[in-house]
Amino acid sequence: MSVLEIRDLHVSVGEGDDAKEILRGVDLTVRSGETHAIMGPNGSGKSTLAYSIAGHPKYTITGGSVTLDGEDVLEMGVDERARAGLFLAMQYPVEVPGVSVSNFLRTAATAIKGEAPKLRTWVKDVKSEMELLEMDPAFAERNVNEGFSGGEKKRHEILQMRLLKPGIAILDETDSGLDVDALRIVSEGVNRTREEGDVGVLLITHYTRILRYIKPDFVHVFVNGRIAEEGGPELAEKLENEGYAAYVKGTQEVASA
Amino acid sequence: MPDQNAPTTTGLTTESATLAGELFGDGVGTQAGPPAVPAAGTGTAGQAAPGAHSHGGSTPTGSPAERFTSTDPEAFGVPTGREETWRFTPMKRVRPLLDGAPSDAHLSWTTDLPEGVELTSVEAGDPLLKGLPEPVDRLAALARQRSGGAAVVRVAKEARLDRPVTLGLAGTGSEEVVWGHLVIEVGAFAEATVVLDHSGLARYAGGVSVLVGDGAQVKLVSVQDWAPGAVHGGQFDAVVGRDATFTQVVVTLGGDLVRLVSNVQYAGPGGSAELFGVYFSDETQHQEHRLWVDHAVPNCTSNVLYKGALQGEGARTVWIGDVRIRPAATGTETYELNRNLVLTDGARADSVPNLEIETGEIVGAGHASATGRFDDEQLFYLCSRGIDAETARRLVVRGFFADVVQRIGLDALQDRLMASIDERLGALPALDDQPVEVA
Repeated sequence: MSVLEIRDLHVSVGEGDDAKEILRGVDLTVRSGETHAIMGPNGSGKSTLAYSIAGHPKYTITGGSVTLDGEDVLEMGVDERARAGLFLAMQYPVEVPGVSVSNFLRTAATAIKGEAPKLRTWVKDVKSEMELLEMDPAFAERNVNEGFSGGEKKRHEILQMRLLKPGIAILDETDSGLDVDALRIVSEGVNRTREEGDVGVLLITHYTRILRYIKPDFVHVFVNGRIAEEGGPELAEKLENEGYAAYVKGTQEVASA
Repeated sequence: MPDQNAPTTTGLTTESATLAGELFGDGVGTQAGPPAVPAAGTGTAGQAAPGAHSHGGSTPTGSPAERFTSTDPEAFGVPTGREETWRFTPMKRVRPLLDGAPSDAHLSWTTDLPEGVELTSVEAGDPLLKGLPEPVDRLAALARQRSGGAAVVRVAKEARLDRPVTLGLAGTGSEEVVWGHLVIEVGAFAEATVVLDHSGLARYAGGVSVLVGDGAQVKLVSVQDWAPGAVHGGQFDAVVGRDATFTQVVVTLGGDLVRLVSNVQYAGPGGSAELFGVYFSDETQHQEHRLWVDHAVPNCTSNVLYKGALQGEGARTVWIGDVRIRPAATGTETYELNRNLVLTDGARADSVPNLEIETGEIVGAGHASATGRFDDEQLFYLCSRGIDAETARRLVVRGFFADVVQRIGLDALQDRLMASIDERLGALPALDDQPVEVA
């Protein structure tokens, strides 16, 4: 059972006079078993929220708190956050030349679990998860994200989530750039994790499309660095029909769902 | 984009940030350029003027001057260190190889010759030697002259070797300069891998000439695993036959000073050359790699990838990558890439790619170079999976080297080299001892 609590979170990028506030007081609680969708127009700060929780050094926390089961997440290093049970599926996964996927996955699993997973069961786990995500076995010998297509990168992110079994998973625009087949495969991976138990999911997306596959319990509309409206799945339907126009006064921004 | 009427063949824009960003953080890209593919509609012979594009040197007008070559050391004079080809080299440390004192010193040879391979020697003046590409600097000319002949490795035509030819070349600690010349002659349609494994302590000036027969596939691996204090200079030449493939992997780890010049020319159309290199310079080590790929016949390809890391006070690396596409070399495709990872303060990497294009009718030509510190995004990605920063750093650096080392294709040698690199980086967790086969 995990609880991620975000209270009045303020985050800026840049330093000194160039500092720009991106998050302006975010309040959000995600519990195990819950799926929250965060929806909002481009530039609203959705990804900043994801990266701030994961601890990306580019972002400076200027106020508020983030706790996981009462522990202060903001005091933890990036790796400590992951070991505490947070996982971020990135929108733009990074290439790491010369490091094979299999070596990377096993190193990560060892770090998260605190000991090297048993070789036999590990190989079986990786293989079966890859099959479920319709990934070619040869994938494991390729270098991390190097030369991967957009769809392959996202499957690789979900593969990591499946194997590392986080308490709270943040999916940052995992649906962007995917064709319908890849979207279905990736969504099924997320749903398997939800069905198995105790994960809390924070699904960040620009479009309502993925919500046809992954049903959220809560929908939050994110505008201008804070949550502008909250509701149930019906809010997603409203966004599908009306877009973000009602929230973004004075701009032409409309959700293209 | 270039003016459609301008007689340019390159259309260069500066995208160093993009290219550097593949590996390094913002603002560390230097000397980078995008693939220079001629703009559509400009690639006709009539419009493709010989205006060459050049970075890192003076801008040529018209065709660049021919590179001076000679078998006579005196034709080059005695370099002072101000010459373009010597300006990066610490002259004091390379001086013995330029003084040219004759000697009978030799390296100690250990050979493994598979069936189909013959090791012989020829005297100075042998017709075989006369037909080889000539030396491009005094050091190479001295090596050619003072060696008084050459060792010759011959691979019969159409031979397919069951294992690599391995020449272990070990320095014996002599103060005298060892002068050497090795010719590797591979017959048509043969497939061969030749490993030159340099070790021990020596002052060595050694030339290597590789003749790749038509349709042959040759891989030359040269490992510079010298003991501290060793000095090694030399010129590698490859003449790539029609439809032949030449791959060279240079791994420079040891020695006090290593300065290797690698030249490639094509004897017929359809040839392919891949030049890979990896170097790791520690305190005070000088490692210099100069490449020259001369496209003078149609439909050949070249691909250059050199990666280096530096750590410690006075660590120094130099990479010069010259590619020339002559007017006759239509259908050429070439790319060269150099990346340097500076691990500590006090180290310096120079990187100078240089592309001269004299015909617009090419498939593509480009180069990129970046020198910088760790990529924060790579570290963040690994750490966000629970991997601690120190392990992540080692994984990234190890991967940086492995990216090139794995091109050797010989597991035992790769393992030995990676173990040597690991040792210098500090040991990785034992995890790597258990490779995971998922397939």
